[in-house]
Amino acid sequence: MSESAGAAATDTGIAPLVSGDIEGKSLGDRIYRGVTTVFAAAVPILLVLIALEVLIAAWPAFSRFGLSFLTSSSWDPVRQQFGAAPMIYGTLVSSALALLIATPFALGVAIFLAEFAPPWLRQPIAFTVDLLAAVPSVVYGLWGIFVLIPFLRTTVSPFLRDTLGLSALPFFAGADYGYNMLSASVILAIMILPYTSAVAREVLLAVPRSQREAALALGATKWETIRDAVIPYARSGIMGGIILGLGRALGETMAVTMLIGNRHEISTSLYAPAYTMASLIANEFAEATGDVHISALMAVGAVLMLTTLIVNVIARWLVWRVSREVRA
Amino acid sequence: MTRYTAPRRSLTRRHVTNKVMVGLTFGAAFVATLPLLFILAYLLLKGTTSINLDFFTRLPPPPGETGGGMGNAVGGTLVLIGVAALIGLPIGIGSGLYLAEKRESRLATVVRFLADVLNGLPSIVVGIFAWQVLVRPFGHFSALAGGVALGAMMIPLVSRTTEEMIRLVPVALREAALALGYSRWRTSLAIVLRTALPGIVTGALVAIARIAGETAPLLFTALGNQFWSFRLSEPIAALPLQIYVFAISPYDDWHRLAWAGALVLIGVVFVISVAARAATRSRFGVGGD
Repeated sequence: MSESAGAAATDTGIAPLVSGDIEGKSLGDRIYRGVTTVFAAAVPILLVLIALEVLIAAWPAFSRFGLSFLTSSSWDPVRQQFGAAPMIYGTLVSSALALLIATPFALGVAIFLAEFAPPWLRQPIAFTVDLLAAVPSVVYGLWGIFVLIPFLRTTVSPFLRDTLGLSALPFFAGADYGYNMLSASVILAIMILPYTSAVAREVLLAVPRSQREAALALGATKWETIRDAVIPYARSGIMGGIILGLGRALGETMAVTMLIGNRHEISTSLYAPAYTMASLIANEFAEATGDVHISALMAVGAVLMLTTLIVNVIARWLVWRVSREVRA
Repeated sequence: MTRYTAPRRSLTRRHVTNKVMVGLTFGAAFVATLPLLFILAYLLLKGTTSINLDFFTRLPPPPGETGGGMGNAVGGTLVLIGVAALIGLPIGIGSGLYLAEKRESRLATVVRFLADVLNGLPSIVVGIFAWQVLVRPFGHFSALAGGVALGAMMIPLVSRTTEEMIRLVPVALREAALALGYSRWRTSLAIVLRTALPGIVTGALVAIARIAGETAPLLFTALGNQFWSFRLSEPIAALPLQIYVFAISPYDDWHRLAWAGALVLIGVVFVISVAARAATRSRFGVGGD
């Protein structure tokens, strides 16, 4: 049905009422329109308010430390020296690693559910993976401390270092005390998997059937159809799903705080404790001493906010592009 | 597509590749379901024994003492949810109504996009915003600040589900009301919103389940409290906060309570999620009326 407001009668002879429904001229209609518009406007206003408040509170730190706030590695509340480089590094590396681990699984799940799975298996698997997104972050942290860390220390690490002989690499150097970059990245990977796979699945399902049928009619196998006809069509949307997962990973707080070890140091080893922007704020904010310290933490929050904003806008734009193509 | 008119590889090999890919994607799906099963198994294993009446009625024990519960945290979480719902539900449902009724307008497009962006904003950033607005000026942590932070996070969730649910209402219903002489606003509220109400309530419950487990925005707003407190102007305990404090503590008794708290939290979240799924499917899945 046409969606243009106030369009003429359609084929069925019924004027479309989908849009412009609250365009009436009576007093009640005007009030109703005003009230719902105010509520709708609350969303952009809230977002702008959050951005402004955080940026204003962060300004003293930015103007005092300038660019060195992003490049310096010394975070010392006692000497009032603040540089966020270790936290920025930790955030980027843990998120990138999580993405590296989660993406193959997320795409596998999405392809299996959208293309291969028999109907009776589709719902249970989809629901189980979706529920992963409903598990609170602090529960992931608790499980990570008492189940995941011991498992990584006793089973995965010996396998990586001794069986595969990776301990010579700088990435796997040093003692494994459990609370480190690797543990945080693995828990992050589990946490972002449902987001990426949900978006990828939706995008795959949005690919028109004709696209599949054309490839199958040419004699392609099911997998060749997916590889050559479905995935190219959905590519930007799948990218959107991956980047959406990245956005989640960058801002994830509790589980990472509980597993990453929280140390302001840059180390190439995945077995070294690290720090992220979100976990720094979580640990220090409530006990922050003095205005400079608070402003520095706000500045870290501002960097985190701007990064996730950019990442999210890119992701949404990519996903939106696919859905627009499908509709057109 | 020229590939298929002149296949370079043998048919058998292409079929084998096909089978291998089916197997690989199934493997990925299988592995992806494991974390949830293991999390649930451990929660049940370690949490069940500590859940009893005391858990819901007693205060946390001092370190080293057995017994006690998380009664104040359960109560505090209910208070925080109440405050959040008072803020998040009206604004979320109102903006959802607008999005569904004026879906093509420029404001609707902007709001829809920004609601998604707001949804992707790290919860800790919402927390420092609430601190800046409601803790800093007053000079003390408060339940109100925590509730507002959670409420802000609810708005985009409720807004988008409300829009989706209203869109499922058949156009014919709307047209029938208008044809009977209902004004537009009454049609929208008394017919459309009313029809979509069960779906909207479900969406609201899912949003509440989502924010009930949020910890990060409460760390420096609600702060936590060792004692019973229900006053909005004072720091208040919350279940996720208490789980966090107990989980990183060195005491076995506190660990036990943390597992029990996590089991309660996830029980509530899952019951709501499963019920919501069943409700929306039975309502809108078949037939569509």
